[in-house]
Amino acid sequence: MDLTRRETLAVGGAALVVAALPMPAMASAVDDLINEFTGGADLADSGVDLIAPEIAENGNTVPIEVSAEGAASIMVLAAGNPTPPVATFNFGPLAGESRAKTRIRLAGTQDVIAVAKMADGSFARTSKNVKVTIGGCGG
Amino acid sequence: MISRRDFLQVGMAASALVGASGFGNWAKLAAQQALTQDQLLQFDTFGNVSLIHVTDIHAQLKPIYFREPEINIGVGDNKGKVPHLTGADFRQAYGIEDGSPRDYALTYEDFASLAREYGRVGGLDRVATVVNAIRADRPDAILLDGGDTWHGSYTCYHTEGQDMVNVMNALKPDAMTFHWEFTLGQDRVRELIEGLPFAALGQNIFDATWDEPSEEFKAYEFFERGGAKIAVIGQAFPYMPIANPGWMFPDFSFGIRDERMQEVVNDVRGQGADLVVVLSHNGFDVDKQMAGVVEGIDVILSGHTHDAVPEPVLVGETIIVASGSNGKFVSRVDLDVREGRMMGFRHKLIPIFSDVIQPDKDMAALIDEQRAPYEAEMAEVIGQTEDTLYRRGNFNGTWDDVICDALLSERDAEIALSPGVRWGPSLIPGQDITREDIWGVTSMTYPEAYRTEMTGEFLKVILEDVADNIFNPNPYYQQGGDMVRIGGMGYAIDISKPQGERISDMTLLSTGGAIDPARNYVVAGWASVNEGTEGPPIWDVVESHIRKLGTVTAPGHDNVKVTGV
Repeated sequence: MDLTRRETLAVGGAALVVAALPMPAMASAVDDLINEFTGGADLADSGVDLIAPEIAENGNTVPIEVSAEGAASIMVLAAGNPTPPVATFNFGPLAGESRAKTRIRLAGTQDVIAVAKMADGSFARTSKNVKVTIGGCGG
Repeated sequence: MISRRDFLQVGMAASALVGASGFGNWAKLAAQQALTQDQLLQFDTFGNVSLIHVTDIHAQLKPIYFREPEINIGVGDNKGKVPHLTGADFRQAYGIEDGSPRDYALTYEDFASLAREYGRVGGLDRVATVVNAIRADRPDAILLDGGDTWHGSYTCYHTEGQDMVNVMNALKPDAMTFHWEFTLGQDRVRELIEGLPFAALGQNIFDATWDEPSEEFKAYEFFERGGAKIAVIGQAFPYMPIANPGWMFPDFSFGIRDERMQEVVNDVRGQGADLVVVLSHNGFDVDKQMAGVVEGIDVILSGHTHDAVPEPVLVGETIIVASGSNGKFVSRVDLDVREGRMMGFRHKLIPIFSDVIQPDKDMAALIDEQRAPYEAEMAEVIGQTEDTLYRRGNFNGTWDDVICDALLSERDAEIALSPGVRWGPSLIPGQDITREDIWGVTSMTYPEAYRTEMTGEFLKVILEDVADNIFNPNPYYQQGGDMVRIGGMGYAIDISKPQGERISDMTLLSTGGAIDPARNYVVAGWASVNEGTEGPPIWDVVESHIRKLGTVTAPGHDNVKVTGV
C-alpha cells in the first residue's frame, strides 16, 4: 500500500465533504481518483481480475483478491464508502506475481473497483457489486 | 461420428421417452386405481453409471402431505422458465392431465381433494424401497444427498440430528453437502461429520479465519463405476452466515466461489475424471447460472429451492436435475460415460406415493426406533384445521397466516414477521393438528419469538432487503428463500423495480391506515439471525394459540398486491 496514514486522513477529509454531496458528485469523485491514477488514459475491460463475494457475510470485513498478470500496480476503490480509496498495491520486478488479498470494510451495498497499471503503461479496470444485507431467510 | 451435442440430444429424447412410457400414463392408470410400485419404478437401465439424488428431506422420516407452490415468480432471464412454472402452466409444459397423480405430485390446484385420493407422499422407509430397487438394477449406483437433511422435525431437534444420521447411514449415501445442518452449531456439525461413513463435501466451505478451503470438508470425492472415473464435487449453500445465524458457525465461510469451482473441475479433470457431477445446494437458478460460467460440469444435482423438475434442464452441455423436498421425490439418472465423457443420459423423477410404494421393513423399524422415545408427546392433538395448511409460495401460505396470527395474539403485537423458508409439510382440511405437525413448520435451533418495536421506515427496509434476496434479476444475488411472511400489515410489491423501490402502500390492517415511517410499531417475529434474541420458542406460541382456537380456519389472505410480474 502506498498511502501513508497522513495521506489517508487527508483523502478521508476530502471524502467526508464529498459524502454530503448527491450521488453524481460521489461518482465523479471516484472518476477523479481513477483519472489521477491513470492520468486520463483509456481503460481496457479485461486484464485485471477481482474476486469478491456477491453478498458479504460481514460488511465489516469483506475478503477480496485482485490480480493482473504483469501489472506494476493495482488500485482498489470502494465506490460507496465515505472514503473510496482502499489501497494501491505496487509490484516490483522481484514480485512472483501481481496478486494481492486483503479484507476491506464496506459501508453498504456498492461497487468495488480495481484498476491495474500494466508494465507497458496501459490500464485495465474491473468492478464487482458487493451486497451488504441485513440477512434473509434461507429455504 | 456423432458429436457430443447430438448424444446429449439423443439422451434428452430418451429421457422424454421414459417420461412418456412411465410417467405420462399415470392418469389413466390412476383412473383405473391401478397405479403400482412397479410402474413408479419402471426404468430401462441405461449406460454404465447410475446416480440417485435425494435432497432437502428436512428430517421428514414419515409420509406427509406437501403442497407445491402456487406463486413462484422467476425474474430476469428466468422469467417464465422452469422451475418458475406453476399450476396450469406447469401441466401444459409437461403434458400433465388435470387431476392425475402427476398433477397431485407436482402442482397445487385442487390439492385437498387430490390428497384424499392419492394419499401421503414421502417417508424414508419408502425412499429406501426405491433406492434398493435401483440398486437391484445397478448395484453400484451412487446415492447423493444434497443436504438440509438434519433439520426440520421434533425428533431431529431433540436428538440434534442424530435420528437423521442414523436413518441416512442405513440408506448408505456416498456423499452429502450441507445447509441447515450448520444451524446445529459448528461443534455438533464437527461431531456428526467425524463419524460419517461417507464423504462430507463442499468446495465452497472455507475457513473463516484464513479465507482458505476448510480442511474439515473435502471439495470432491472420486468413484470408480462401470469402468468410468467419476468426480462428485460438493457445493454447500452459499449464503449460510447471511440467511442463517452466522454466530452459530463462526469458523466457517461460504459463498458461491465459482472461480474455485472452476479450479476444482480442472483439477479433477486433470486427475482423469470421465464424469464431473456437482452435488449442489445453490438453488436452481444459481445452478443454471453457474453451469454457464463454469466449464466442464456434466451433471448438477440441484437442491435448496425445493423444485421438483420432471426433466433435466440443459445448460450448454450440463444437465441440471432437481429432486423436490421433504422426501417427496427421488431422482434416478442413468448415464452413458465412455471415452472420458458423458455420451447420454436417461432420467426419472420418481414421486414417493406412500400408499403405492411398500415401506422397507428394516428402515421402517429403524425409523420407529428413532421416534419411539418421543412418540407420545409428538402425537398429542392440539387442534383441528378446517382448511389446507401449507407454506410453499413466494408470499404467505396459510400455515404462515396461522403462525403470524399466533404471534399477533400471543405476543400482543401490531405486526408479525415469519421467515420465508420453504420447508414444512402441509395439512388437509379435517386433519388433527398434532404437536409434531406444529414442529414440522417451526422446528429450528433459533426459535425465539421476539417482541420489539420497529419504525415504519425500518419495516420497509426489511421488506426491501428480503425482496431483493428473492427478486434480484441476477441469480447470484438470490438467497433462495421466499418473501418474509407478514401478519397485521398489507403492502404492495412491484417485482420489476430495484431494491428500495419495490415496496409501497404499507398498511396497518387493524386501522386501515398507512404505515407511518416515523412511528414505532410493536412487532413480533421469530427466527432472528441475531445472537441474544429473547422470547418463548415459536412452537409454544403456535401451540398455545391453536389450543385456544380449537379449530383453525385459514382461508388465505389477500394482503400483498403483486405487480411487475
